[in-house]
Amino acid sequence: MTTTTVDQAEAVLDSGYLSYRTLIWRRFRKNRMGIAAAVILALFYFVAIFAGFFSPYGHNDIRIQVRYLPPQDLHFDWSEGIYVYGLTSTQNPVTLELEYETDQTQRYPVRFLSRDGSGNFRLIHSEGPMYLFGTDRMGRDLLSRIFHGARVSLTVGIIGVFLSLILGSVLGTLSGYFGGWIDHALQRVVEILASFPPIPLWMALGAALPAGWTSIETYLGITIILSIISWGGLAREVRGKVLVFREQDYTTAARSAGAGHWYIISRHLLPGCYSHIIVVATLAIPGMILGETALSFLGLGIRPPMTSWGVLLEEAQRVTVLLNHPWLLFPAAPVLVVVIAFNFLGDALRDAADPYS
Amino acid sequence: MINYVIKRCLLAIPTLLAISMIGFFIIQLPEGDFLDRKIQELEEMYGDSSSIARIDELRARYGLDQPVWRQYVNWISGFVVGDFGESFEYEQEVNQLIWDRLAFTVLIALGALLFTYAVAIPIGIYSATHQYRLSDNVLSFISFIGMSMPGFLLALALLVFVFEIYRIPLFGLFSSEYEGAPWTWDKLVDFLKHLWIPVIVVGINGTAGLMRIMRGNLLDVLGQPFVQTARAKGLKESVVVIKHAARIAINPLITILGMSLPNILSGATIAAIVLGLPTVGPLLLRALVAEDIYLAGTLLMMFSLLLIIGNILADIALAWADPRIRYD
Repeated sequence: MTTTTVDQAEAVLDSGYLSYRTLIWRRFRKNRMGIAAAVILALFYFVAIFAGFFSPYGHNDIRIQVRYLPPQDLHFDWSEGIYVYGLTSTQNPVTLELEYETDQTQRYPVRFLSRDGSGNFRLIHSEGPMYLFGTDRMGRDLLSRIFHGARVSLTVGIIGVFLSLILGSVLGTLSGYFGGWIDHALQRVVEILASFPPIPLWMALGAALPAGWTSIETYLGITIILSIISWGGLAREVRGKVLVFREQDYTTAARSAGAGHWYIISRHLLPGCYSHIIVVATLAIPGMILGETALSFLGLGIRPPMTSWGVLLEEAQRVTVLLNHPWLLFPAAPVLVVVIAFNFLGDALRDAADPYS
Repeated sequence: MINYVIKRCLLAIPTLLAISMIGFFIIQLPEGDFLDRKIQELEEMYGDSSSIARIDELRARYGLDQPVWRQYVNWISGFVVGDFGESFEYEQEVNQLIWDRLAFTVLIALGALLFTYAVAIPIGIYSATHQYRLSDNVLSFISFIGMSMPGFLLALALLVFVFEIYRIPLFGLFSSEYEGAPWTWDKLVDFLKHLWIPVIVVGINGTAGLMRIMRGNLLDVLGQPFVQTARAKGLKESVVVIKHAARIAINPLITILGMSLPNILSGATIAAIVLGLPTVGPLLLRALVAEDIYLAGTLLMMFSLLLIIGNILADIALAWADPRIRYD
């Protein structure tokens, strides 16, 4: 009996030496799915940052002579290494579409870590038609476009969540801390926002982006649109937490010691919400990525020459096109993987965020 | 109870008013109006726009020459008495355009809800009673993927998949021979054959999420003393789980019914655009792009109205299902 209490006491002492952050990390580390998700996401972001290096071709290089080319295979033999076959194309007189046949007499070597014709350093490149994921209606390499599209698709969620994080935590804290009419007004606003179904509202806002905007302005506009809806839920959660912390003894102590509002909020209330906010934010990112994909898919989002996974999927929207060229659905795969990974990561963080439980 | 319902309905009025203002304002945001856009379109296509003569006259007829607040007041005062204005794009009363589509939308949304609950509750119960076994882990993993799967991607994938196997394009809600035909038994059968795809597409996200919640709830309830009592009485395990535990674990799911409506309507909007369904979604998209303000505004309002009605119904359902809840 006594030994267990001593053990327990030591355990408490031990954990006392560990910071809150270490405790979270220790718990998170145990969740294999969470770790796997984090690694996968890191890989995706890495590829997005160095998209130019990983892409075999320029993502906006138009080659009309290879439009709607199905995915091509790599071949290997010991004397020549990895190579692709050349192509001959004929135009179908009825559908006017190009039909391709591999020309086995032509072989183009695949080069690694070399410069292409225009001097870009690429991981993998070939002079021949090495279109591993096929091409779109303008003969642009789909794989390169997926890599470049990752830049928009992966950042839109982060920036959007960052914006709604700031809005949500500032307004949520004010609402919870001061109460009264501020609280009432904000709660009504959040309620009204929640009375719109998100996609129709996003569509209306997306349609309102001026046609004259450049693609970078549109990109920023989209992130703002996405955060307009999601801050409400976050504000409500932060408010709930702040309402609890406001009544704690340490807050009362700080107040009676003469601390100002700002000091109490920044030192005593917000830090208590951090772990919660991070979890909510991580779980909000997939929704934003899907929102951008949906908007761009409908033609109300990102505009060319910028590209995103949603923009790529827009080409697959018309059923006739899709049924003839099913490889245009490839960009759906990274969307799915990233969204699943963020969900697993958020879930793992949620389990880890409360290390004392 | 009736007092509560009336109170809820009255409280919804200011919310709806605010929604109508915000919605109308957002729709007015794009530069220019419908006629500007039409003129530009005609000039791009034919090089001149003289086919729309008397632009000012048209503008006056549509009320587009008035300030925005005036247009709003005209529209909303008509809205209250069921006159939603005129659609520029379709040159028809909005009233004539939307009701069929709204009915199909509601039908698909209800179907999706039904599907969600009918699938999620049994699987959730199974998962909870087989906690941490292989089947539970597999189901959990599948549900995570289901939660992450956007409906429109699933719709696209299903279209390709069904076409590859059966060589039929699963498009729309009717086969071409029944399009616009009067309702007959055969048409109904054909309709139901088409309905399952949008219902599954729209319901899949919710199903996965709900299943997780049902599993969690039931696990909580199964640990409570009254369940032990039921077991101690010598009841069969199936009776304990279904009559005693699941009965309680379902209640929170009814609250979620109201909260899941925005997502279902969102999912239905975009799935309908992909699948070419005659619902509100494609109409809204066209109206927004064409700046067909009264049509777009009315559709946004209808969406919000559906949400609010759904929420009130969900609360009533909760009071009916859980006798511990009183609204007096």
